[in-house]
Amino acid sequence: MIMNEEGKKEQTVSGNELGQDSTPTKPTLKEKVGKKEASASIGKGTFEEEISRRSFFSWLTIAWITFSIATGAFFTMILRFMFPNVLFEPPQSFKVGYPKDYTVGQVDVRWKRKHGIWMVRNPEYIYALSTICTHLGCTPNWLLNEQKFKCPCHGSGFRKSGINFEGPAPRPLERFKILLADDGRILVDKTKIFQYEKGQWNDPESYLVV
Amino acid sequence: MSDKKKSNIFQQLGKSQVWKSIIRSGIPRTRRQRMMSVLNSLFLHLHPVRLPRHAVKLRFTWCMGGLTFFLFLVLTISGILLMFYYRPTVEYAYTDMIDLGEQVPLGIMREIHRWGAHAMVITVWLHMFRVFMTGSYKPPREFNWAVGVILLLITLLLSFTGYLLPWDQLAIWAITVGANMARATPFLGHEGPGAALLALGDINFVHIGSDVKFALLGGRFVGEAALLRFYVLHCIGLPFIIMILMAVHFWRIRKDGGISGPT
Repeated sequence: MIMNEEGKKEQTVSGNELGQDSTPTKPTLKEKVGKKEASASIGKGTFEEEISRRSFFSWLTIAWITFSIATGAFFTMILRFMFPNVLFEPPQSFKVGYPKDYTVGQVDVRWKRKHGIWMVRNPEYIYALSTICTHLGCTPNWLLNEQKFKCPCHGSGFRKSGINFEGPAPRPLERFKILLADDGRILVDKTKIFQYEKGQWNDPESYLVV
Repeated sequence: MSDKKKSNIFQQLGKSQVWKSIIRSGIPRTRRQRMMSVLNSLFLHLHPVRLPRHAVKLRFTWCMGGLTFFLFLVLTISGILLMFYYRPTVEYAYTDMIDLGEQVPLGIMREIHRWGAHAMVITVWLHMFRVFMTGSYKPPREFNWAVGVILLLITLLLSFTGYLLPWDQLAIWAITVGANMARATPFLGHEGPGAALLALGDINFVHIGSDVKFALLGGRFVGEAALLRFYVLHCIGLPFIIMILMAVHFWRIRKDGGISGPT
Protein backbone atom coordinates (compact mmCIF):
# COMPACT_ATOMS: atom_id res chain seq x y z
CA MET A 1 0.00 0.00 0.00
CA ILE A 2 2.69 2.41 1.00
CA MET A 3 4.84 1.44 -1.92
CA ASN A 4 1.93 2.17 -4.23
CA GLU A 5 1.56 5.56 -2.68
CA GLU A 6 5.25 6.22 -3.13
CA GLY A 7 5.12 5.05 -6.70
CA LYS A 8 2.34 7.52 -7.42
CA LYS A 9 4.30 10.35 -5.91
CA GLU A 10 7.35 9.51 -7.94
CA GLN A 11 5.19 9.62 -11.02
CA THR A 12 4.24 13.25 -10.54
CA VAL A 13 7.75 14.09 -9.52
CA SER A 14 9.32 12.86 -12.73
CA GLY A 15 6.77 14.74 -14.81
CA ASN A 16 7.53 18.01 -13.10
CA GLU A 17 11.21 17.55 -13.14
CA LEU A 18 11.39 17.19 -16.86
CA GLY A 19 8.83 19.89 -17.42
CA GLN A 20 6.74 17.48 -19.49
CA ASP A 21 3.50 15.62 -19.12
CA SER A 22 4.21 12.27 -17.58
CA THR A 23 4.35 9.49 -20.15
CA PRO A 24 3.66 5.89 -19.17
CA THR A 25 7.28 4.77 -19.68
CA LYS A 26 9.11 7.48 -17.74
CA PRO A 27 7.39 7.01 -14.38
CA THR A 28 8.11 3.30 -14.29
CA LEU A 29 11.74 4.05 -14.94
CA LYS A 30 11.77 6.62 -12.19
CA GLU A 31 9.85 4.29 -9.93
CA LYS A 32 12.53 1.69 -10.34
CA VAL A 33 15.23 4.19 -9.60
CA GLY A 34 13.27 5.37 -6.59
CA LYS A 35 12.92 1.83 -5.32
CA LYS A 36 16.57 1.19 -5.87
CA GLU A 37 17.48 4.28 -3.93
CA ALA A 38 15.11 3.30 -1.18
CA SER A 39 16.44 -0.21 -0.86
CA ALA A 40 20.00 1.05 -0.99
CA SER A 41 19.35 3.61 1.70
CA ILE A 42 17.77 1.05 3.99
CA GLY A 43 21.10 -0.69 4.20
CA LYS A 44 22.85 2.55 5.09
CA GLY A 45 20.28 3.34 7.75
CA THR A 46 19.22 6.76 6.52
CA PHE A 47 16.15 8.84 6.95
CA GLU A 48 13.60 6.70 5.08
CA GLU A 49 14.19 3.77 7.35
CA GLU A 50 12.54 5.18 10.44
CA ILE A 51 10.09 7.78 9.23
CA SER A 52 7.80 6.99 6.34
CA ARG A 53 7.26 9.61 3.67
CA ARG A 54 3.62 9.96 4.62
CA SER A 55 4.15 10.57 8.32
CA PHE A 56 6.99 12.93 7.50
CA PHE A 57 4.68 15.06 5.41
CA SER A 58 1.97 15.11 8.06
CA TRP A 59 4.50 16.24 10.65
CA LEU A 60 5.75 18.85 8.22
CA THR A 61 2.20 20.14 7.73
CA ILE A 62 1.64 20.45 11.47
CA ALA A 63 4.97 22.17 11.84
CA TRP A 64 4.22 24.66 9.08
CA ILE A 65 0.74 25.44 10.42
CA THR A 66 2.17 26.00 13.91
CA PHE A 67 4.96 28.13 12.51
CA SER A 68 2.53 30.21 10.44
CA ILE A 69 0.23 30.83 13.40
CA ALA A 70 3.14 31.79 15.64
CA THR A 71 4.60 34.08 12.99
CA GLY A 72 1.20 35.67 12.34
CA ALA A 73 0.62 36.27 16.04
CA PHE A 74 4.14 37.67 16.34
CA PHE A 75 3.65 40.23 13.58
CA THR A 76 0.19 41.13 14.87
CA MET A 77 1.76 41.86 18.25
CA ILE A 78 4.54 43.93 16.71
CA LEU A 79 1.95 45.90 14.75
CA ARG A 80 -0.02 46.52 17.94
CA PHE A 81 3.17 47.57 19.69
CA MET A 82 3.57 50.47 17.27
CA PHE A 83 0.31 52.08 18.42
CA PRO A 84 0.94 53.68 21.83
CA ASN A 85 -1.76 53.73 24.51
CA VAL A 86 -0.62 57.03 25.99
CA LEU A 87 0.24 60.12 23.98
CA PHE A 88 2.57 62.85 25.16
CA GLU A 89 0.75 65.52 23.20
CA PRO A 90 -1.49 68.39 24.20
CA PRO A 91 -5.12 67.23 24.47
CA GLN A 92 -7.44 67.64 21.50
CA SER A 93 -10.07 69.41 23.58
CA PHE A 94 -9.09 72.09 26.10
CA LYS A 95 -10.26 75.27 27.85
CA VAL A 96 -8.99 78.66 26.75
CA GLY A 97 -10.21 81.07 29.42
CA TYR A 98 -13.30 83.28 29.68
CA PRO A 99 -15.00 85.23 26.85
CA LYS A 100 -14.06 88.49 28.56
CA ASP A 101 -10.37 87.61 28.05
CA TYR A 102 -10.79 88.33 24.36
CA THR A 103 -11.02 91.80 22.86
CA VAL A 104 -13.43 92.55 20.04
CA GLY A 105 -11.66 92.84 16.70
CA GLN A 106 -8.44 91.20 17.84
CA VAL A 107 -6.72 87.99 16.85
CA ASP A 108 -5.43 86.26 19.98
CA VAL A 109 -2.18 84.36 19.35
CA ARG A 110 -1.53 83.06 22.88
CA TRP A 111 -2.66 79.46 22.14
CA LYS A 112 -0.87 79.20 18.81
CA ARG A 113 2.22 77.33 20.03
CA LYS A 114 0.58 75.02 22.54
CA HIS A 115 -2.74 74.15 20.92
CA GLY A 116 -2.42 75.37 17.34
CA ILE A 117 -5.36 77.78 17.31
CA TRP A 118 -6.04 81.49 16.90
CA MET A 119 -8.94 82.87 18.92
CA VAL A 120 -10.75 85.65 17.07
CA ARG A 121 -13.52 87.78 18.49
CA ASN A 122 -15.72 89.96 16.35
CA PRO A 123 -18.68 92.09 17.55
CA GLU A 124 -21.06 89.16 17.53
CA TYR A 125 -19.13 85.97 18.30
CA ILE A 126 -15.83 84.16 18.99
CA TYR A 127 -14.33 81.46 16.78
CA ALA A 128 -11.24 79.20 16.92
CA LEU A 129 -9.14 79.15 13.73
CA SER A 130 -6.72 76.39 12.84
CA THR A 131 -3.09 77.51 12.47
CA ILE A 132 -2.45 74.94 9.71
CA CYS A 133 -2.11 76.47 6.24
CA THR A 134 -4.46 74.76 3.80
CA HIS A 135 -1.76 74.72 1.13
CA LEU A 136 0.90 72.35 2.50
CA GLY A 137 0.46 72.48 6.26
CA CYS A 138 2.93 75.16 7.40
CA THR A 139 2.01 77.60 10.16
CA PRO A 140 1.16 81.14 8.98
CA ASN A 141 1.85 84.28 11.05
CA TRP A 142 -0.69 86.88 12.10
CA LEU A 143 0.54 90.22 10.71
CA LEU A 144 -1.08 92.89 12.85
CA ASN A 145 -0.26 95.86 10.58
CA GLU A 146 -1.55 94.20 7.47
CA GLN A 147 -4.44 92.50 9.30
CA LYS A 148 -3.87 89.16 7.61
CA PHE A 149 -2.46 85.68 8.18
CA LYS A 150 0.60 85.19 5.98
CA CYS A 151 2.23 81.82 5.44
CA PRO A 152 6.05 82.03 5.31
CA CYS A 153 6.43 78.91 3.16
CA HIS A 154 4.68 79.86 -0.08
CA GLY A 155 3.04 83.19 0.65
CA SER A 156 -0.57 82.18 1.12
CA GLY A 157 -2.62 84.93 2.71
CA PHE A 158 -5.81 84.66 4.76
CA ARG A 159 -8.10 87.35 6.10
CA LYS A 160 -9.03 87.60 9.74
CA SER A 161 -12.05 85.41 9.05
CA GLY A 162 -9.72 82.71 7.75
CA ILE A 163 -10.73 83.07 4.12
CA ASN A 164 -7.84 82.84 1.66
CA PHE A 165 -7.26 85.72 -0.73
CA GLU A 166 -3.68 85.35 -2.04
CA GLY A 167 -1.03 82.74 -2.70
CA PRO A 168 -1.46 79.06 -3.47
CA ALA A 169 -3.78 78.09 -0.59
CA PRO A 170 -6.81 76.41 -2.19
CA ARG A 171 -9.33 76.98 0.60
CA PRO A 172 -9.91 78.92 3.83
CA LEU A 173 -8.45 77.96 7.20
CA GLU A 174 -10.52 75.53 9.22
CA ARG A 175 -12.44 76.37 12.36
CA PHE A 176 -12.88 74.14 15.40
CA LYS A 177 -15.87 73.34 17.57
CA ILE A 178 -16.25 75.94 20.31
CA LEU A 179 -18.68 76.10 23.24
CA LEU A 180 -19.10 77.49 26.72
CA ALA A 181 -18.29 74.97 29.48
CA ASP A 182 -20.28 74.77 32.74
CA ASP A 183 -17.68 76.81 34.59
CA GLY A 184 -18.11 79.71 32.16
CA ARG A 185 -14.88 79.10 30.32
CA ILE A 186 -14.52 78.52 26.61
CA LEU A 187 -13.99 74.92 25.52
CA VAL A 188 -12.39 74.18 22.15
CA ASP A 189 -12.67 70.72 20.61
CA LYS A 190 -10.20 70.15 17.77
CA THR A 191 -11.66 66.78 16.83
CA LYS A 192 -14.62 68.52 15.18
CA ILE A 193 -13.66 70.58 12.12
CA PHE A 194 -15.77 73.14 10.23
CA GLN A 195 -14.88 74.08 6.67
CA TYR A 196 -16.11 77.25 4.98
CA GLU A 197 -16.28 75.76 1.49
CA LYS A 198 -18.69 73.14 2.77
CA GLY A 199 -20.94 75.78 4.34
CA GLN A 200 -20.10 74.48 7.81
CA TRP A 201 -19.27 77.89 9.28
CA ASN A 202 -23.02 78.48 9.63
CA ASP A 203 -23.14 75.59 12.09
CA PRO A 204 -23.85 77.05 15.55
CA GLU A 205 -21.15 74.77 17.01
CA SER A 206 -18.48 76.54 14.95
CA TYR A 207 -18.83 79.86 16.77
CA LEU A 208 -19.65 81.09 20.25
CA VAL A 209 -22.12 83.96 20.57
CA VAL A 210 -21.21 86.33 23.38
CA MET B 1 -8.56 16.20 -9.49
CA SER B 2 -7.71 18.84 -6.92
CA ASP B 3 -4.32 17.21 -6.46
CA LYS B 4 -3.63 17.53 -10.13
CA LYS B 5 -4.72 21.16 -10.10
CA LYS B 6 -2.46 21.86 -7.18
CA SER B 7 0.55 20.33 -8.87
CA ASN B 8 -0.22 22.36 -11.98
CA ILE B 9 -0.22 25.55 -9.98
CA PHE B 10 3.14 24.68 -8.48
CA GLN B 11 4.39 23.69 -11.89
CA GLN B 12 3.39 27.07 -13.27
CA LEU B 13 4.91 28.79 -10.26
CA GLY B 14 8.18 26.96 -10.81
CA LYS B 15 8.29 28.16 -14.41
CA SER B 16 7.40 31.76 -13.65
CA GLN B 17 10.00 34.46 -14.01
CA VAL B 18 9.49 35.63 -10.43
CA TRP B 19 10.32 32.21 -9.03
CA LYS B 20 13.23 31.70 -11.38
CA SER B 21 14.69 35.11 -10.68
CA ILE B 22 14.67 34.48 -6.94
CA ILE B 23 15.08 30.71 -6.51
CA ARG B 24 17.05 30.23 -9.76
CA SER B 25 16.83 26.47 -9.98
CA GLY B 26 13.11 25.83 -10.37
CA ILE B 27 11.22 23.63 -7.94
CA PRO B 28 13.84 21.27 -6.57
CA ARG B 29 13.02 17.66 -7.35
CA THR B 30 16.35 15.92 -7.40
CA ARG B 31 19.14 15.92 -4.83
CA ARG B 32 21.27 18.07 -7.06
CA GLN B 33 18.48 20.61 -7.55
CA ARG B 34 17.79 20.70 -3.83
CA MET B 35 21.44 21.35 -3.20
CA MET B 36 21.58 24.09 -5.82
CA SER B 37 18.49 25.86 -4.48
CA VAL B 38 20.12 25.95 -1.05
CA LEU B 39 23.48 27.11 -2.38
CA ASN B 40 21.93 29.80 -4.57
CA SER B 41 19.93 31.44 -1.79
CA LEU B 42 21.58 33.85 0.61
CA PHE B 43 19.33 32.87 3.48
CA LEU B 44 19.31 29.12 2.88
CA HIS B 45 23.04 28.85 2.28
CA LEU B 46 23.68 29.87 5.89
CA HIS B 47 22.46 26.41 6.74
CA PRO B 48 24.50 23.42 5.57
CA VAL B 49 23.20 21.63 2.48
CA ARG B 50 23.35 18.35 4.34
CA LEU B 51 24.49 17.37 7.75
CA PRO B 52 25.23 14.05 9.37
CA ARG B 53 22.44 12.70 11.54
CA HIS B 54 24.68 12.22 14.56
CA ALA B 55 25.81 15.84 14.40
CA VAL B 56 22.50 17.23 15.60
CA LYS B 57 22.12 14.81 18.50
CA LEU B 58 20.91 16.87 21.41
CA ARG B 59 22.93 15.01 23.97
CA PHE B 60 26.08 15.97 22.14
CA THR B 61 25.53 19.65 21.23
CA TRP B 62 22.85 20.58 23.81
CA CYS B 63 21.78 22.94 21.01
CA MET B 64 23.44 25.68 23.03
CA GLY B 65 25.03 27.50 20.10
CA GLY B 66 21.73 27.50 18.24
CA LEU B 67 19.85 28.66 21.33
CA THR B 68 22.36 31.46 21.82
CA PHE B 69 21.80 32.62 18.26
CA PHE B 70 18.03 32.34 18.70
CA LEU B 71 18.23 34.46 21.86
CA PHE B 72 20.38 36.95 19.98
CA LEU B 73 17.63 37.30 17.39
CA VAL B 74 14.98 37.67 20.11
CA LEU B 75 17.11 40.35 21.77
CA THR B 76 17.68 42.15 18.47
CA ILE B 77 13.99 42.29 17.60
CA SER B 78 12.76 43.16 21.09
CA GLY B 79 15.61 45.67 21.43
CA ILE B 80 14.67 47.45 18.21
CA LEU B 81 11.06 47.61 19.41
CA LEU B 82 12.14 49.04 22.77
CA MET B 83 14.08 51.76 20.96
CA PHE B 84 10.80 53.13 19.62
CA TYR B 85 9.75 54.15 23.13
CA TYR B 86 12.98 54.69 25.08
CA ARG B 87 14.86 57.99 25.15
CA PRO B 88 18.42 57.82 26.52
CA THR B 89 18.38 61.07 28.46
CA VAL B 90 18.58 61.71 32.19
CA GLU B 91 15.19 63.40 32.02
CA TYR B 92 13.28 60.61 30.30
CA ALA B 93 15.19 57.31 30.59
CA TYR B 94 13.71 56.09 33.88
CA THR B 95 10.13 57.17 33.18
CA ASP B 96 10.27 55.74 29.67
CA MET B 97 11.45 52.45 31.16
CA ILE B 98 8.49 52.51 33.60
CA ASP B 99 6.11 53.42 30.76
CA LEU B 100 7.37 50.45 28.77
CA GLY B 101 5.92 48.23 31.46
CA GLU B 102 2.77 50.15 32.27
CA GLN B 103 1.47 52.07 29.28
CA VAL B 104 3.06 50.80 26.11
CA PRO B 105 1.16 47.96 24.40
CA LEU B 106 2.63 44.55 25.25
CA GLY B 107 4.20 45.66 28.50
CA ILE B 108 6.27 42.49 28.63
CA MET B 109 8.55 43.60 25.79
CA ARG B 110 11.15 44.93 28.21
CA GLU B 111 10.91 41.78 30.33
CA ILE B 112 11.45 39.66 27.21
CA HIS B 113 14.57 41.67 26.49
CA ARG B 114 15.80 41.47 30.08
CA TRP B 115 15.19 37.77 30.60
CA GLY B 116 16.47 37.03 27.11
CA ALA B 117 19.70 38.81 28.00
CA HIS B 118 20.10 36.78 31.19
CA ALA B 119 19.35 33.58 29.29
CA MET B 120 21.85 34.43 26.56
CA VAL B 121 24.68 34.84 29.04
CA ILE B 122 23.78 31.46 30.50
CA THR B 123 23.57 29.71 27.13
CA VAL B 124 26.89 31.22 26.02
CA TRP B 125 28.56 29.82 29.14
CA LEU B 126 26.92 26.41 28.68
CA HIS B 127 27.90 26.43 25.00
CA MET B 128 31.53 27.07 25.91
CA PHE B 129 31.36 24.45 28.65
CA ARG B 130 30.06 21.88 26.16
CA VAL B 131 32.67 22.81 23.56
CA PHE B 132 35.35 22.45 26.19
CA MET B 133 34.08 19.11 27.52
CA THR B 134 33.79 17.57 24.06
CA GLY B 135 37.22 18.86 23.13
CA SER B 136 35.81 20.79 20.21
CA TYR B 137 38.27 23.61 20.77
CA LYS B 138 41.13 21.47 19.48
CA PRO B 139 42.79 22.05 16.08
CA PRO B 140 41.63 22.90 13.52
CA ARG B 141 38.94 24.63 15.60
CA GLU B 142 41.26 26.57 17.89
CA PHE B 143 40.77 29.81 15.95
CA ASN B 144 37.01 29.50 16.30
CA TRP B 145 37.44 28.98 20.04
CA ALA B 146 39.33 32.26 20.17
CA VAL B 147 36.56 33.98 18.21
CA GLY B 148 34.08 32.44 20.64
CA VAL B 149 35.95 33.86 23.62
CA ILE B 150 35.71 37.34 22.08
CA LEU B 151 32.01 36.73 21.44
CA LEU B 152 31.61 35.86 25.12
CA LEU B 153 33.36 39.08 26.03
CA ILE B 154 31.08 41.14 23.80
CA THR B 155 28.01 39.36 25.16
CA LEU B 156 29.08 40.37 28.66
CA LEU B 157 29.79 43.93 27.50
CA LEU B 158 26.32 44.07 25.93
CA SER B 159 24.89 43.00 29.29
CA PHE B 160 27.01 45.59 31.05
CA THR B 161 26.03 48.47 28.76
CA GLY B 162 22.37 47.44 28.84
CA TYR B 163 22.51 47.44 32.63
CA LEU B 164 22.75 51.24 32.77
CA LEU B 165 19.83 52.01 30.49
CA PRO B 166 16.95 51.65 33.03
CA TRP B 167 18.64 54.57 34.83
CA ASP B 168 17.48 53.52 38.28
CA GLN B 169 19.62 53.44 41.42
CA LEU B 170 20.74 49.87 40.75
CA ALA B 171 21.86 50.79 37.25
CA ILE B 172 23.74 53.95 38.19
CA TRP B 173 25.64 52.41 41.09
CA ALA B 174 26.34 49.14 39.31
CA ILE B 175 27.92 51.06 36.45
CA THR B 176 29.74 53.30 38.91
CA VAL B 177 31.28 50.24 40.52
CA GLY B 178 31.97 48.59 37.17
CA ALA B 179 33.54 51.70 35.73
CA ASN B 180 35.68 52.15 38.83
CA MET B 181 37.27 48.81 38.08
CA ALA B 182 38.51 50.33 34.83
CA ARG B 183 40.61 52.71 36.90
CA ALA B 184 42.87 49.80 37.77
CA THR B 185 43.47 48.70 34.16
CA PRO B 186 47.22 48.28 33.60
CA PHE B 187 48.63 51.35 31.82
CA LEU B 188 45.17 52.56 30.76
CA GLY B 189 43.60 53.26 34.16
CA HIS B 190 45.04 56.07 36.21
CA GLU B 191 45.32 53.84 39.30
CA GLY B 192 46.48 50.82 37.34
CA PRO B 193 50.00 49.37 37.39
CA GLY B 194 52.30 51.07 34.95
CA ALA B 195 50.18 54.19 34.57
CA ALA B 196 52.73 56.23 36.52
CA LEU B 197 55.40 55.20 34.04
CA LEU B 198 53.55 56.91 31.22
CA ALA B 199 54.80 60.33 32.18
CA LEU B 200 57.18 62.92 30.84
CA GLY B 201 58.79 64.67 33.74
CA ASP B 202 55.93 66.13 35.73
CA ILE B 203 53.32 65.53 33.06
CA ASN B 204 51.18 62.43 33.57
CA PHE B 205 49.56 61.18 30.43
CA VAL B 206 47.18 58.85 32.24
CA HIS B 207 45.30 60.76 34.89
CA ILE B 208 41.72 60.89 36.14
CA GLY B 209 40.65 63.02 33.19
CA SER B 210 42.30 60.94 30.50
CA ASP B 211 42.16 57.28 31.44
CA VAL B 212 40.00 54.42 30.16
CA LYS B 213 37.29 55.03 32.73
CA PHE B 214 36.99 58.62 31.53
CA ALA B 215 36.64 57.39 27.97
CA LEU B 216 34.04 54.82 28.97
CA LEU B 217 31.83 57.27 30.86
CA GLY B 218 32.53 60.36 28.80
CA GLY B 219 33.13 62.17 32.08
CA ARG B 220 34.24 61.75 35.67
CA PHE B 221 31.04 60.14 36.92
CA VAL B 222 27.98 58.28 35.60
CA GLY B 223 25.88 61.06 34.07
CA GLU B 224 24.18 62.17 30.91
CA ALA B 225 27.25 61.51 28.75
CA ALA B 226 27.68 58.00 30.15
CA LEU B 227 24.04 57.16 29.51
CA LEU B 228 24.24 58.25 25.88
CA ARG B 229 27.59 56.50 25.42
CA PHE B 230 26.31 53.22 26.85
CA TYR B 231 23.14 53.51 24.77
CA VAL B 232 25.06 53.92 21.52
CA LEU B 233 27.44 51.10 22.43
CA HIS B 234 24.54 48.86 23.43
CA CYS B 235 22.36 49.51 20.38
CA ILE B 236 24.87 50.10 17.58
CA GLY B 237 28.53 49.65 18.47
CA LEU B 238 28.67 46.26 20.15
CA PRO B 239 25.93 44.62 18.02
CA PHE B 240 27.88 45.73 14.95
CA ILE B 241 31.04 44.02 16.17
CA ILE B 242 29.26 40.92 17.46
CA MET B 243 27.47 40.38 14.13
CA ILE B 244 30.72 40.45 12.18
CA LEU B 245 32.33 38.01 14.60
CA MET B 246 29.23 35.79 14.56
CA ALA B 247 29.47 35.59 10.78
CA VAL B 248 33.12 34.54 11.13
CA HIS B 249 32.17 32.06 13.88
CA PHE B 250 29.43 30.37 11.83
CA TRP B 251 31.48 30.32 8.65
CA ARG B 252 34.42 28.81 10.52
CA ILE B 253 32.16 26.07 11.93
CA ARG B 254 31.13 25.09 8.41
CA LYS B 255 34.69 25.17 7.13
CA ASP B 256 35.96 23.08 10.02
CA GLY B 257 33.60 20.18 9.39
CA GLY B 258 30.24 21.41 10.63
CA ILE B 259 28.78 21.15 14.10
CA SER B 260 30.30 18.26 15.99
CA GLY B 261 31.40 16.52 12.80
CA PRO B 262 34.82 15.08 12.11
CA THR B 263 37.17 17.53 10.46
